[in-house]
Amino acid sequence: MKELRLMKGNEAISEAAIRAGCDGYFGYPITPQSEILEYLMLEKPEERTGMIVLQAESELASINMVYAGAACGKRVMTSSSSPGISLMQEGISYMAGAELPGLVVNVVRGGPGLGTIQPSQSDYFQATKGGGHGDYHIITLAPSSVQEMADFVKLAFDLAFKYRNPALILSDGAIGQMMEKVEFDEHRPRFTDEEIRKNTPWATTGKTPDRERNIITSLDLDPARQEIHNIKLQAKYRKIEQDEVRFEKIACDDAEYVFVAYGTSARICQKAIQLAREKGIKVGLFRPITLYPFPKKEINELSKKVKGMLSVEMSAGQMVEDVLLAAERNIKIEHFGKMGGIIPSPAEVVEALEQKIIGG
Amino acid sequence: MEENIKKDNIRKEENIVYKKTKLMTDKVLSYCPGCGHGTIHRIIMEVVDEMGIQSETLGIAPVGCAVLAYEFMDIDMQEAAHGRAPAMATAMKRLMPEKYVFSYQGDGDLAAIGTAETIHACNRGENITMIFVNNGIYGMTGGQMAPTTLPGMKSSTSPYGRDIVTMGNPLKITELIAQLPGTYFVTRQAVHTPANVRKTKKAIRKAFENQKLKKGLSFVEVVSNCNSGWKMAPVQSNEWMVENMFPFYPLGDIKIEGELVK
Repeated sequence: MKELRLMKGNEAISEAAIRAGCDGYFGYPITPQSEILEYLMLEKPEERTGMIVLQAESELASINMVYAGAACGKRVMTSSSSPGISLMQEGISYMAGAELPGLVVNVVRGGPGLGTIQPSQSDYFQATKGGGHGDYHIITLAPSSVQEMADFVKLAFDLAFKYRNPALILSDGAIGQMMEKVEFDEHRPRFTDEEIRKNTPWATTGKTPDRERNIITSLDLDPARQEIHNIKLQAKYRKIEQDEVRFEKIACDDAEYVFVAYGTSARICQKAIQLAREKGIKVGLFRPITLYPFPKKEINELSKKVKGMLSVEMSAGQMVEDVLLAAERNIKIEHFGKMGGIIPSPAEVVEALEQKIIGG
Repeated sequence: MEENIKKDNIRKEENIVYKKTKLMTDKVLSYCPGCGHGTIHRIIMEVVDEMGIQSETLGIAPVGCAVLAYEFMDIDMQEAAHGRAPAMATAMKRLMPEKYVFSYQGDGDLAAIGTAETIHACNRGENITMIFVNNGIYGMTGGQMAPTTLPGMKSSTSPYGRDIVTMGNPLKITELIAQLPGTYFVTRQAVHTPANVRKTKKAIRKAFENQKLKKGLSFVEVVSNCNSGWKMAPVQSNEWMVENMFPFYPLGDIKIEGELVK
């Protein structure tokens, strides 16, 4: 039976994790996402499903706990906000190299450095281009509602295990802190030990006589073999790019212009569409749901039908680079955004459209 | 006479006094001749074999000379990022409490870059076994100064000897973690003589058996030589270790059944 609740985005992540059959959460407090750990500690998921919750000594420890748990074939996760996610990049790179499935949630705040605790989207490059050292990508999902915060937990786990690759939910302080109604699925049971041995035969579950020992490592000192490993990783990323693109189009059918926006910015753009259409400007919204893989083909197709695109982000302009790479170059494509934790108003977005795209 | 010294005549069951450890793989060890790592690997695997827990044991290899430990031990293993093994062991044991989990780390890994993970895993009293190989130097990267390098000891990054005023004192991390209520068994051993090998093996066995008791963390430091890094012949390095390392890092139990040894 579905259950309807009113809760914060951060809390929805936690409740969804329990219901998604998550085996363990390891995290360290940081604003604006501490409710994730707080909710889990209060909820005692060990009594509900057997899920383990541990407050680690740092984000470094958290991500390496996720590395080790994932290497045991367990559904494990961590969460943090921008400065903490920077600390986790080492572990995420090792997970990508060792091909480990795990979930990381980034409730983004403004940077650089300690920055601010207010919402931002300035971690787009870090999320979608790898983030740590080496050639790799992590699957990146961008929720724009509390409902999607909940839904994407299960989706992220499923994609992570499907591809043996880390997955990231790239949220922001606004989605994390705001309350909305959210509908939860019934509990999905945690994997049993037998299922783990069957589903993840590569996992370190203890060497039994019927198989060779399992080793989880990202190291191979032989460059020839390391190249083969990298080629294999790249082939996996191409497959992900081919099969896992997700997006939403709003009011694009008759649109002469489109906003390209994700997360909180996509919510603002929905209001901006109303305001613009009241003025007679036919504008729609293209919302990438997967930031990696980025919906290149779909943006290219859309760019052939419109006069201009405005990439709206709470950053100095990061996703706009991917939009420019994907789109036909004979139309006007610009970025509009605010930085440092400032959220643009719908009126400012419409004004930017008029000035930078229509009048520009 | 010549007939008798053929290999086949010597390789007879009645002549066998020692066998290759069953749970060591056939992979040739990557360690320098004379290094203690191989012996420590072997006795861990002997303990796992003798306890009959191969299928229940999960190991963690460090960054450092023992980075390829998983090539030599015939059990499921994970390779850690530098210093993070105790955090990993924490998660593995919490998620699979019925398994035997051990980490294997050197001094740079455990007592420099991974100090936070070491102290907090010990302080939480994680029900795991930590093996700490202390040779007072970064071996794999070519003999740089370690947190445990002795005062005055030369290394490639303390070429005039460790100056404690500018480079700090060696860190006695084993004594430090023994102070924490989360540790149950803390000991310091060596593997330079057969008698010490036997003592170390006994300590490692106890450290594994303690996981059944669920009373806290077991920590076995093994003071070992690094003949290459110290730029000495193997025998000379062991003699140097006895004369210089042992006075600073004295052998013996430091904490038994949660109580500090006086």
